[in-house]
Amino acid sequence: MASQAHHGTSASAPDVHPFWGKLSWDAFPFHEPIVLITFIGVVLGGLALVGALTYFRLWGYLWKNWFTSIDHKKIGIMYMILGLVMLLRGFADALLMRGHQAIAASGGEGYLNAHHYDQIFTAHGVIMIFFVAMPFVTGFMNYVMPLQIGARDVAFPFLNNFSFWLTVSGAILVMVSLFVGEFSTAGWLAYAPFSGLEFSPSVGMDYYLWALNIAGIGTTLSGINLVVTIVKMRAPGMDYMKMPIFVWTTLCTNVLIVATFPVLAATLALLTADRYLGTHFFTNDLGGSPMMYVNLIWIWGHPEVYILVLPVFGIFSEIVPTFTGKRLFGYASMVYATCVIMVLSYIVWLHHFFTMGAGANVNAFFGITTMIISIPTGAKMFNWLFTMYKGRVRFDVPMLWVMGFMITFVIGGMTGVLLAVPPADYVLHNSLFLIAHFHNVIIGGVVFGIFAGIVYWWPKAFGFSLDPFWGKVSFWCWIIGFYLAFMPLYVLGLMGVTRRLSQFEDTFYSIYFIVALVGALFIAAGIGAFIVQIVVSIMRRKELADETGDPWGGRTLEWATSSPPPYYNFAFSPKVHEIDAFTHMKREGYTRPTDGFMPIHMPHYTATGVVLAGLLTVMGFALIWHIWWLAAASFAAALIYGIGHTFNYNRDYYVPAAEVREIENLRTQQLAKAAEQ
Amino acid sequence: MTAMTDTTVKEPVEFFVLDDPHHHDGDGHEEHHHETGTMLGFWIYLMSDCLIFGILFATYAVLGQNYAAGPAPSDLFELDMILISTFMLLFSSITYGFAVLRMDHNDLKGTVLWLMITGGFGLAFLYLEYAEFSHLIHLGATPQASAFLSSFFFLVGTHGMHVLGGSIWLVVLLIQLSQRGLTHENKRRVMCLSLFWHFLDLIWIGVFSLVYLTGVLL
Repeated sequence: MASQAHHGTSASAPDVHPFWGKLSWDAFPFHEPIVLITFIGVVLGGLALVGALTYFRLWGYLWKNWFTSIDHKKIGIMYMILGLVMLLRGFADALLMRGHQAIAASGGEGYLNAHHYDQIFTAHGVIMIFFVAMPFVTGFMNYVMPLQIGARDVAFPFLNNFSFWLTVSGAILVMVSLFVGEFSTAGWLAYAPFSGLEFSPSVGMDYYLWALNIAGIGTTLSGINLVVTIVKMRAPGMDYMKMPIFVWTTLCTNVLIVATFPVLAATLALLTADRYLGTHFFTNDLGGSPMMYVNLIWIWGHPEVYILVLPVFGIFSEIVPTFTGKRLFGYASMVYATCVIMVLSYIVWLHHFFTMGAGANVNAFFGITTMIISIPTGAKMFNWLFTMYKGRVRFDVPMLWVMGFMITFVIGGMTGVLLAVPPADYVLHNSLFLIAHFHNVIIGGVVFGIFAGIVYWWPKAFGFSLDPFWGKVSFWCWIIGFYLAFMPLYVLGLMGVTRRLSQFEDTFYSIYFIVALVGALFIAAGIGAFIVQIVVSIMRRKELADETGDPWGGRTLEWATSSPPPYYNFAFSPKVHEIDAFTHMKREGYTRPTDGFMPIHMPHYTATGVVLAGLLTVMGFALIWHIWWLAAASFAAALIYGIGHTFNYNRDYYVPAAEVREIENLRTQQLAKAAEQ
Repeated sequence: MTAMTDTTVKEPVEFFVLDDPHHHDGDGHEEHHHETGTMLGFWIYLMSDCLIFGILFATYAVLGQNYAAGPAPSDLFELDMILISTFMLLFSSITYGFAVLRMDHNDLKGTVLWLMITGGFGLAFLYLEYAEFSHLIHLGATPQASAFLSSFFFLVGTHGMHVLGGSIWLVVLLIQLSQRGLTHENKRRVMCLSLFWHFLDLIWIGVFSLVYLTGVLL
């Protein structure tokens, strides 16, 4: 099917050097011009970055103030940066595929050989889900949720830092695979038996497994952390039914994370055992069951898409009331809809493989549960609509993204219901129709929501708004680009074109692929405009400054503190009486306390998370290349270092009241200045 | 839905906790507050670990009869030995319980003693498991021989790895107890390991019933 070049290079002993493992000069991409040029570019760019950081003496600053930080706000921002960097990589893969398919469908051969093409679609999927969407969404939950519940940090601040670096560790392994060895060719979910040793003997699959294993542990720990934070650390008076909807969706998301990522960990561990120990869980021979892999991976995989979209629903539920100037319509129904989606997402996984042949009754059950999910989702849609109805809607950039989402997501949802009908799925399974469907919901839902959230909360995080002009350019490029890129894929899918094809016999499809390529170029312009927006806004940060801390007329507690918030978030813990606590405060004409400050209990920064994750990255790399001594050494080092950390009793301190007073006095002056203007 | 009606009209609404020992002072309330968070977090972690075992049990349920013309449970398992190792683990849970009881009486020596006995039972269990595995491998019943054996070794081995991890933790905890005694932090650690240890016992009951008993009976 793929990988002729590497076939036969199995894990067996003769190839493994005692010191270097399977690693040799062949692993570097000297024979692949496209990869080599990228490699040289990345090395030069990386050197320039390292040089600049050294020249401006920023390493110490980054290490002390960011990498070792256990402030949930800084960790949130670091998650967002990781997501943005990986978005560029994942989107480069998308452009390569669109360009290649446009040429290949028009009678040419294209510039990617089949083996390389397989790696690119795999890397695109893995990166976009695990290292773009997940970090973005986790970044929002980290940054916003503690502020919204009036807390000073998350429940386990060190664990939060460690989780972040484990995610980075996974991202690093995926990036390394581009230049050292190769990546998996087995698609983003690595279906067995193709992902087994017999059909994928190269290191590509091992990169996939260890990257996801390590990043997955980070996600699970962060899930536990955020659930405990919401359960235990809400401001006094904030009952469950007074939490902002974003906090609700964060809670449901993290419950889902804790309830599903262990399934991913176990499934990947079994596949890893098949590849490293020669067991027979998912092999074709000696009693293994490849279909069990498909079941297990989707038991995690379907809730995963709700893990991505639920927080984004929360973002929309914050933006719509703010820019409509009304409270959210149907708060309670929004909460119940979120919880129902959380539960239902666990019992629909089989709709990803109706064609397995489980029988009509099983397929009917999963088809029906899938269709039922559209009911709570529809309820949410109507809640947002009714919130806007007769409201005074302000069409700022976040609201544009919301409108784009509402239209696009509904279309994607409807094609999803089509796919949920088993007989129809037999026709559409594995076709480009499916590809169009899930990009329709992921781009139209998750990505639009991420951009909406970035524009909405940027002033909170940095103290100045984003430039609206470039925001609008970015929005229009994205939405036009999305429709141009994916509507042709629906058509192609209905005509029977299957996914993951790199070559086409027939030039009949040419025009559709060319339109899709044009769409991808529009999206590229949208991403470009987004980056320009950030650069322009940083340059104009004086004009765009937000002194009030509440630039949009916000309704929840994060707007009650300064922009950016002090590291302790709130000098006094807020007291909550209503939903939309900050609106209530403003309506009652609250006064900000300017005296009587008390010491604040805060955790110390620590380098343990970075060091541990670094050691585990080395361990992952060593395991991928069968460098056993290094794997054992780095694992032992991580274990000892981790145990050593439990002997550190100096973990927290009290911020003196004088320091709090100083910071809060500056804020008082700033507010007075803002009131004069 | 609005709480407005609940608050009296005359008094202004309090929007900040201006004087709350729970959040601001340093007299230990804060630690107490945080500790409950740690216990909850540990419970949630255990539930996530439980799911991993759930998947391994499910895998065993699906693959456990795929012998691939190799040995079946009744050819391999010796219930007497398994019963002994089961009791090693059950006794270790009881002794851990005694350690916690001593801890509640602030008896450091008693706590340490019972924890050491617990560790002894844990090591005995690990030794018996090691002996069983090496016996099976000696017979040619390796994890590579069939899907049944793959899932058997993985399920039982994962439990064993947990017991090993718990034992290492126990050693670390004993060092910490000898350094600082029954401090707030150490008490919390003893409670967390207690949860972990009993949890492993519970999983073992599942392994014993589903894998060994049914394997030999059927």
